[in-house]
Amino acid sequence: MPRNPFSSSSVTAPIPIEAPRRPSSSRNTAAKVAQFFSSSPKTAYSLSPHTTASASLLATQEQNNARTFSPSVSLPTISLSTATADKLSDTPTMLFSPPSPEAARKLARQHAQFGPLGHASHKFVSQHPKGAPVEDPVEDEPPYYYLLTTYISYIVLILFGHVRDFFGKRFKEHNYKHLKDQNGYAALNSDFDNFYIRRLKMRISDCFARPFTGVPGRFITLLDRVSDDFNLTFKLTGTQTEALNMSSYNYLGFAQSEGPCADAVEDSIRRYGMSAASSRVDAGTLDIHADVEKLVADFVGKPSAMIFSMGYGTNSTAFSALVSKGCLLISDELNHASIRFGARLSGAVIGMFKHNDMGDLERLLREQISQGQPRTHRPWKKILVVVEGLYSMEGTMCNLPGLLELKHIYKFNLFIDEAHSIGALGPKGRGVCDYFGVDTSEVDILMGTLTKSFGANGGYIAAEKHVIDKLRTAHAGSVYGESPAPPVLMQISSSLRIIAGDLAPGQGEERLQRLAFNSRYLRLGLKRLGFIIYGQDDSPIIPLMLYNPAKIPAFSHEMLRRKIAIVVVGYPATPLVSSRARFCVSAAHTKDDLDRLLAACDEVGDILQLKFSSGIAGGAIPLLPGVTREDEKELKKRGIVQPPRWPLEEVLKRGVKDVQSPLR
Amino acid sequence: MDIHEAYALLNQTAEQLSTRFQQVPGSAILLRYVKSSYQNDPVRSIVELGLFLFAVRYLLAPRYSTHKSKAADLTEEEIDELVEDWTPEPLVAPPSEFEAAENEKRPIIIGPTGPKVKLSTGRTVSNYASYNFFNFVANEMLKERAIQVLRNYGVGACGPPNFYGTQDVHMDAERDIAKFLGMPACIVYAQAFSTISSVIPAFSKRGDIIVADKAVNFSIQKGLEISRSTIRWYEHNNMEDLERVLEKVNKEMAKKALTRRFIVTEGLFENTGDMVDLPKVIELKQRFKYRLILDETNSFGILGRSGRGITEHQNVDPLSVDMLVGSLSHSICAGGGFCTGSPEIVEHQRISGSAYVFSAALPAMLAVTASETIKLLEGNPDLLTSLRENVKVFRAQMEKSEYVRCTSAQDNPICLYVLRKEIIAEKGIKEEDRVMADIVDECLANGVLVARVKTVPEPPANGHSKPFGWQNEPAFKVCVTIGHSKKEVEKAGGVVRQAVGKVVGRLKKENRFLS
Ligand SMILES: Cc1ncc(COP(=O)(O)O)c(C=O)c1O
Repeated sequence: MPRNPFSSSSVTAPIPIEAPRRPSSSRNTAAKVAQFFSSSPKTAYSLSPHTTASASLLATQEQNNARTFSPSVSLPTISLSTATADKLSDTPTMLFSPPSPEAARKLARQHAQFGPLGHASHKFVSQHPKGAPVEDPVEDEPPYYYLLTTYISYIVLILFGHVRDFFGKRFKEHNYKHLKDQNGYAALNSDFDNFYIRRLKMRISDCFARPFTGVPGRFITLLDRVSDDFNLTFKLTGTQTEALNMSSYNYLGFAQSEGPCADAVEDSIRRYGMSAASSRVDAGTLDIHADVEKLVADFVGKPSAMIFSMGYGTNSTAFSALVSKGCLLISDELNHASIRFGARLSGAVIGMFKHNDMGDLERLLREQISQGQPRTHRPWKKILVVVEGLYSMEGTMCNLPGLLELKHIYKFNLFIDEAHSIGALGPKGRGVCDYFGVDTSEVDILMGTLTKSFGANGGYIAAEKHVIDKLRTAHAGSVYGESPAPPVLMQISSSLRIIAGDLAPGQGEERLQRLAFNSRYLRLGLKRLGFIIYGQDDSPIIPLMLYNPAKIPAFSHEMLRRKIAIVVVGYPATPLVSSRARFCVSAAHTKDDLDRLLAACDEVGDILQLKFSSGIAGGAIPLLPGVTREDEKELKKRGIVQPPRWPLEEVLKRGVKDVQSPLR
Repeated sequence: MDIHEAYALLNQTAEQLSTRFQQVPGSAILLRYVKSSYQNDPVRSIVELGLFLFAVRYLLAPRYSTHKSKAADLTEEEIDELVEDWTPEPLVAPPSEFEAAENEKRPIIIGPTGPKVKLSTGRTVSNYASYNFFNFVANEMLKERAIQVLRNYGVGACGPPNFYGTQDVHMDAERDIAKFLGMPACIVYAQAFSTISSVIPAFSKRGDIIVADKAVNFSIQKGLEISRSTIRWYEHNNMEDLERVLEKVNKEMAKKALTRRFIVTEGLFENTGDMVDLPKVIELKQRFKYRLILDETNSFGILGRSGRGITEHQNVDPLSVDMLVGSLSHSICAGGGFCTGSPEIVEHQRISGSAYVFSAALPAMLAVTASETIKLLEGNPDLLTSLRENVKVFRAQMEKSEYVRCTSAQDNPICLYVLRKEIIAEKGIKEEDRVMADIVDECLANGVLVARVKTVPEPPANGHSKPFGWQNEPAFKVCVTIGHSKKEVEKAGGVVRQAVGKVVGRLKKENRFLS
């Protein structure tokens, strides 16, 4: 038994849960958990002996939306969530005759794209508590041992790479042909640049670019592939794996081939065809473009907006239209490649501040405004600060209140890239401004992409009308780039209207609240299991830190074996030591899906030794009676924290309730 | 004598120093290291010592030292004051009158695009401004296919290709395009406009050399700029000048290490509409050992017997083009762009093509539309012949105009018209853009939608990648399609010619009035 973390306080009640797990209990869990990985509903419906039971439930569900069926038919043996939540599904009612297999299949297909809500309590409103200070998420660090082994691993990998190159270049020269000058042509890739790809990335190439077919919804149908040349090339085996999809940016679950969106898109294809066949400024503006621009502007809360056929392209030429020589563009160090591309093209001087560090930003602003332009010391013409709403690799949000405070003092213009935050944050899904309860007129330019939450493609820029009018003539993406395709626009327009509640009322709100619940639930669960997790509590991007390079493929493979598709990232997308796995939560996931993921992480975390959080970042055991949050904070300040290592059952049992209060 | 004394003294001090040195712990190891690295090569030891000292200095040097030294020292109060005083310019300058008019007049089409379109003004006009050359937009088969795909794949791929964004239909589209062009491999980007500006910097880095045509399009210019390579320009479509530049570079680089070298040009130029002499470029490229990046955005699906582009048109082996970039959203009327080449070139982009790596994959239905459209083109070469006939008809009508001339190549359905030089001189025309805008308005008033060729205002001092002495001639463009019958095209040609006549003719009067 661990020492009672609160023993210093006057209360001496026993700890409510046992923190370290005894092997027997973990084996027990594993046995139970094994059932999770049986199969997804699609196969479950056709194969499971419970077909009739499930079918009857389907009928129940069709009649009664309030009490929806949980799709994993093999689940009822374990009570996963709060007792009240699962009572009903434990006792299947046989009152309704089973629907036809055809209908069952159809429903299963629907549910494979968008899971039904498990229980009314599985919802939450994504919102920053009014008036509360914005606290930067605590970044936990692993014990030094792990950092050391990480460095050693890289050294070993690099050494081995060089040894293999040494022999390879002598005995297998043809493999290195492309790295050498050839009859007067310089090598296309320099040997040095290529080393990392050849010797490090190639080893784990099978974890990237896994092809799939069908809808990237709640489940994803991966096409199995093999490589017999050490990941140089892959061959499809012809078989498929249906996996739980924790990888797509499908935050609101609009990746669907059925439902109101898809129906509207079908109509639009019949009406408009597939293309507007021109650039926006020539003859590529259809009525639907104008409509969607209006919808987007209304949605994000700006007077005017314009849309583009690619989010990357939106950024890559936006800054040339806004800033130029004599201007300063200040960018968060972790900004997306498209922003960096665009910033470089603009001709403005580029400054960088530490990720989300308002102090560093202020220091830079003071220095730059007081010193003016380099050499001439002329004052800057204008300063544009560029941040992202939600960072796709960190799961952190920008500190909008902090930025606005600085903006009032330092008079810079603010550009927020809401690629990931639009739709995914805020009680109405309208991005970071909505989340923090900030008036959108305070932010000069709201940019975002339509690729993520809306299941479509493209990007937008929203701002005051005179800014957009200028951009229409000055933004290369609208002058030279192709106009967005009508069916894609229709997807945007219908998903926007669903979120706003104009189409299929109630659905949009449910999606938003499920996403918020799922994000918090999974994040809390992972923290309680003992993983190091980055990002704010409400962010649907959940990075789980792996550190050691060897754990990157190992984690990916173990998850895939458990039929879960996840993204792993390492250098150069992240700093060398902080390789991570990333889960993208979706409204399409059910609580059971997340439980399945938690169970898998629990197992894999033990196998790969990934549970090394120190407890400073959350996941603490329940407060003892008499201990307040203030006491806990005080203890934390004094460095008295206990590493959270909850057993899975406890995590699942308490999750739903604890999500509703501030996470700790 | 003196020398001997000095020598003895030197010896003595040296000995003293060495004994002292040996007393320092660890000196033996250092000595051994120096000895072993010395290897009878004093120069080497000196270099190593230099390196060591440099490293020490580098490590001890404060960060940003160069930066700090130039900064004036200010107190916090002074900084506050400066902050207070600083007034930034507005985010965007107020629009010019011309820009405001452009925004005002931008056509909005009600319903689908096609040969005849209804505008938001309520008028129905003939559309000669979109790339719907073969009217694929209205093709029912393509629509049905797209709906099928929608019902199986949804719309967006919801992720970049490397993170579960690659669907089987993307791989199919890539295979289909490669096969159609006779190239070994292909990569599909989600937007044509971003494709080449991503392809160029994926291969050409700082220190590499790019020789480019002066008239290359905006997208290429941005790619060149981002690549930070050394850029040399040759006169537009002038093969002798290209040869001269290549020779010059050869001379300059003779003594230096071999770097990657590229020639960048277009098939049908976006800015001028004319055609490159590809066999000659290939000959030069092979002679001087350059790689060729060819932008076929406007020629893919247009040139050649079956639309395979300039390589088919000029009978060039496509394999001799290293990176062949094209668009799926122009003549193909789907979406996205592509780059074909050797597997090595394609695979490299999957890791280093910025717009590929950092952007979501093309929606499945657009990828399938591209595949299907290419099959349509391949199976119906008569589509291309009728397009060319229509182009011929239109151009014959416009030939008669004394004011404008067509800069486009004969088979280019995008006919660019610029004012004839002598007319500009004769009438002292300054604002050609305005004349072009007036012509476009006049055409529209007579029921024909054409477009002025628009450019993005370049920031004045951002020009290191801009070719010196190249200025696009203000032009308007007419896109001839097969959605119109020959008669209609002929009529439209007449309308445009008369509009030109009217607008430019009116100028004459005004000018005479002034003089
Ligand atoms: C912050 C940010 N901006 C822009 C983009 C590009 O968007 P798209 O995928 O629509 O090209 C992304 C996508 O990954 C992003 O994360």
